[in-house]
Amino acid sequence: MKTVQPYTPREIMTIMAAREIKNGDIVFSGTGISMLAAMAAKNINAPDSVIFFETGAIDSLLEELPFAVADPRIMYWAAANSRLTDAFATMQNPITGEKVIAILGAAQIDRYGNLNTTCIGDYHSPEIRFSGSGGGCDVASFVPRCIAFMQHEKRKFVKKLDYLTSPGQLGGNNSRQKAGLRPGGVSVVVTNLGVMRFDKDTGRMYLDQFYPGITPEKILENTEFNMDVSRATLTDPPTKTELTILREECDPQRLILD
Amino acid sequence: MKSSLNKVIPLKRAIEQYVKNSSHISIGGFTINRNPMAAVYEIIRQKISDLHLYAHSNGTGLDELIGAGCVSKLEIAYAGNGKAAPTCIRFAQAVQNNEILVEDYSNYMMSLRFMAGAMGLPFLPTLSGFGSDILTKWGLSKSMRKSDPKIVDEKLIVMDNPFGNWTGASKVLLVPAINPDVTIIHVQKADATGTCSIQGLAFADIEQVKASKHVIITCEKLVKKEELRQNPDLNQIPFIHVSAVCHVPLGAYPTAVFGHYDYDSQYLRRFAIAAKNQDKFKKYQDKYIYGAKDHEAFLDIIGQERIDTITADPRTGYSVNMKRD
Repeated sequence: MKTVQPYTPREIMTIMAAREIKNGDIVFSGTGISMLAAMAAKNINAPDSVIFFETGAIDSLLEELPFAVADPRIMYWAAANSRLTDAFATMQNPITGEKVIAILGAAQIDRYGNLNTTCIGDYHSPEIRFSGSGGGCDVASFVPRCIAFMQHEKRKFVKKLDYLTSPGQLGGNNSRQKAGLRPGGVSVVVTNLGVMRFDKDTGRMYLDQFYPGITPEKILENTEFNMDVSRATLTDPPTKTELTILREECDPQRLILD
Repeated sequence: MKSSLNKVIPLKRAIEQYVKNSSHISIGGFTINRNPMAAVYEIIRQKISDLHLYAHSNGTGLDELIGAGCVSKLEIAYAGNGKAAPTCIRFAQAVQNNEILVEDYSNYMMSLRFMAGAMGLPFLPTLSGFGSDILTKWGLSKSMRKSDPKIVDEKLIVMDNPFGNWTGASKVLLVPAINPDVTIIHVQKADATGTCSIQGLAFADIEQVKASKHVIITCEKLVKKEELRQNPDLNQIPFIHVSAVCHVPLGAYPTAVFGHYDYDSQYLRRFAIAAKNQDKFKKYQDKYIYGAKDHEAFLDIIGQERIDTITADPRTGYSVNMKRD
């Protein structure tokens, strides 16, 4: 039986990601739904969060939604317009880096939260070539918390990535630290079906929440690897306030929500 | 003796003089912003081939160069053209069809590689990329590296932190310097000697310029030396790094220049649609690139009405409420 929800999958995904952002966080944002989540957090629950971009703009006013991290819309009324080396230093910096939360997307994710944004098939002769790392590998290497936005499909939640672009927990069990990486990487995965997190000891993905109208079984059907669902609870649905702010203040033209 | 530091030459001549077949070049800007497009189109018109191209995240310029068959090797972090093409279309096709060799890095790695080149260092360390396929998968083979003195023998190297566990890092990842033959960037203001003032984000343009043997600057405004010297704090590139200055208003079109004009989302979409189909793409190139003798003629095809639409609002630096496709 299918019940119609008073919100769209994109809306609940945006709200779920926004709830991860705490007041005072420095939010590393891409474009599209990730930027909308950052704006929603700022307007709903984290007024003193700061949005920043790998291109070097920090705390931009964003009177209009940017369509790229190099959109001139992010350069207006920023605290500073710097450059790439500064932006990545902000993430590596021991004081500011600790406050950074990143929002990333990917073509594939594995059970350890490693991401592929490079290719499907063999690297040297790929079936499908994607844009590549950009700053994804850097931010996944440097900062303690990352939100991954994904469509929940079997071909995206895979046993083995075709290419490991951005490191999560690598092979689990402390292998991230052994490789030389700081603690961090993808810490939460927000999809159109639910919210996943990673076990502190094993580094493996588990189901934390499933959305109203979705079952853990459905999530497992759409995941290629085995996943612990024993800790899963039903999500508190987006509130009226959250939805109103998202719709009326963050994206009134529905440039991203539609 | 009177100083005669005047580097102003026409763009066509600057490209002829500095960009040769098989040159190692880098272009400035980021995805849909401040790409040196007039220079890119001139390279295409001059049918320069076998280029080795370096960029961090590039979009429009990179995809036009690849689409025109100018590039044989590419070292990059990201190829995307904003909303019109989240992955650059000609780039993806060229990689999938094995028409170009691509080697992947991250944005920070590429920025540090340019910075190392600018500093005269062989490499710089970072804590990015341990455990990733960026570290282990090479796009340029060992034998090719050995046989080409312009390409470093190893892609990336991990070493133990020579300072023990200082700052908590057990290991460092070393990225090798890049020193391109030519870097081309587009800026808001330059003077005849080559001093530049960039407004808005500088991306990695400054590092790219300083790493390069030759540098071509295209500029929106060619201003008197006095204008730039009155506010030296606003200048990022001093003239000593620059080989040629070309005055090309709208020289980054169809990408954006903060404070001057927005990206032309309509043009970028048209390019993306054409890029998906060989016949359409050839027609697109014949009309907009080969059908124009220079950037001015190209802009005549675009028309003043479209330019007016993308012209930046002086308050925000972009075109307010512009319809974006």
